Amino acid sequence: MSAFLSIRNLSAAIRGGPRLLRAVSLDVEVGEVRGLVGESGAGKSMIGKAVLGILPRAVEVVAGEIWLDGVDLLRLRPAERRRRIGATAALIPQDPLTALNPSRRIGRQITDRLVDILGWRRGAAEARALELLNEVRVPEPERVMRAYPHELSGGMRQRVLIASAFAAEPKLIVADEPTTALDVTVQKQILRLIAQMQARHGTALLFVTHDLGVVSKVCGSLSVLYGGLVVEETSVRDFFRAPAHPYSAALLAATPKYTDPAAGLNPVPAAVIDAVRAEVAAADRNWPHG
Amino acid sequence: MLLRRILTRLLTTLVTLLGVSVVVFVVIRVVPGNPIAMMLPPGATQADIDRLNALYGFDRSIAEQYVIWLGGVLQGDFGTSIQARQPVLRLVLNRLPATLELSIMALVIAVVLGGFLALTGTRLRGSRGEGAIDVTNGMALSVPDFLWGLVLILVFGVLWPVFHISGRVSPQYIQEFTTNFFLFESVLRLRLDLWLDLVSHMLMPALALAIPLAAIIGQLLKQSLKETMHLDYVTLARTKGYRENHVILREALPNAVLPTLTLIGVQFTFLIGGTVIIERLFSYEGLGNMAIDAVINRDLPLIQGIVILFAVLFTAINLIVDLLYAVLNPRLRHA
Repeated sequence: MSAFLSIRNLSAAIRGGPRLLRAVSLDVEVGEVRGLVGESGAGKSMIGKAVLGILPRAVEVVAGEIWLDGVDLLRLRPAERRRRIGATAALIPQDPLTALNPSRRIGRQITDRLVDILGWRRGAAEARALELLNEVRVPEPERVMRAYPHELSGGMRQRVLIASAFAAEPKLIVADEPTTALDVTVQKQILRLIAQMQARHGTALLFVTHDLGVVSKVCGSLSVLYGGLVVEETSVRDFFRAPAHPYSAALLAATPKYTDPAAGLNPVPAAVIDAVRAEVAAADRNWPHG
Repeated sequence: MLLRRILTRLLTTLVTLLGVSVVVFVVIRVVPGNPIAMMLPPGATQADIDRLNALYGFDRSIAEQYVIWLGGVLQGDFGTSIQARQPVLRLVLNRLPATLELSIMALVIAVVLGGFLALTGTRLRGSRGEGAIDVTNGMALSVPDFLWGLVLILVFGVLWPVFHISGRVSPQYIQEFTTNFFLFESVLRLRLDLWLDLVSHMLMPALALAIPLAAIIGQLLKQSLKETMHLDYVTLARTKGYRENHVILREALPNAVLPTLTLIGVQFTFLIGGTVIIERLFSYEGLGNMAIDAVINRDLPLIQGIVILFAVLFTAINLIVDLLYAVLNPRLRHA
């Protein structure tokens, strides 16, 4: 296994029900930013959740492997898996307004993993948190450390969450639509910040988004999903030059162009949808629950 | 800000107490039953009756009586018990510690039991264990405290007599105490023998009071915890490598506990109300037991004193809950 994160033939399903992920395979190298794109329900968030071990209770992994830093997470005992994920990976969540615990001070929420899981001394962890808050350009970091989440704006909270994700120098970060819940003006800043932080720390980044514009700015490679199936896996440059799969091409064509309002909207054609659905159905041929 | 809030609360509390006193004063004088008739032997003359009526002021109008009584209260005089012929304030304050200790013991048991049910139910959510917890809760909730009292007397007093089911303390120990806070005093003086005897007496009535409250706490807290466990910050804590127990206790519990805290405040006042019957059932020498005697004897000054004291207790509890709320919820602290 050369890639830092390597997902092999991962299938997940609602217990006793339909599959949500259909033999997904993808690699993320150290320092690589891979985008996961698709419509809602395509399973892109599910992949991130499976990697971090936070799938909803109703969903179970039915087959496949998730290799993280040379270890198949799915073969570990739950306690071991949790520790390993906590020590090597981190999440930048979607909604900064709900992802911070309202009754705990910011400082504690950044340092807790360092102290409790990685065994740092509190003083060292707090120094590290301050350093990170400076790095993500949070003004008055000392004050923010003592603040409660409700005292900060949404953009500030997302900066805090980014600082928290990078604090333990994880080798992999999963960013789950990290700008969707933010104002458009703040989105750009946060996006640039994530890209800068990733480049500086050399972290592998799995970037879940439905926004191809975001992919073009941040990612180096991407996987296009439909119905839990990876329909195309390619570099961002090749994708925007000439998408290989008809569905990818249609998705790209459907992206609204703000520079040319006259172009209007180009929804994905029905024929393309039918074709990609047939692919999904073909993948399910040996799946008992349908 | 906090000081101002407390002052406002104290002011409204005073108005509340005034209202309570008017209602009690009028009601116990309007309902049938004559305290004087209870005091006199059969065949007393009308002149005797009139003399006693004049002595206790019952010959005046209710409004006049109230003004006189209120005037006394403002000077710390709540009148004299007709039955015991002692100052009401002293009688009531002598009994208060017994009821407070019993109520607080019941509250602690209820919080511990209810908290345990809620946390276990959350830990086991989705499994059969959760179903078992729900059934236990439902049963505990649908039986009222006095019935639990009878069950406990039957089981631990009669069939398997391991606990005392009558009184507050064994007679030989009564002289040992210098205050009326027996349980508290036994702890401070490190007298394990006294403490064990007291607990052996108090555990059954306290448990009877605690079981329904424990069930309510368990149900509400479990519900809040389950909702909280779905929130993003709980999921984020999981990705950091924390164990499930840690996630429940540190991330979910502090945020899920607020509705339960309000409920405990309200329910605790009901619990104190419940001591009236439970103390009777277990012959426990507290305020509630005294209240029943006072009503039977139509001891009007004593009834007034007890009701006012209960009202003071209830408002004090509400105030404490409010303040706790502000401490636990950082968003309210500056509001």
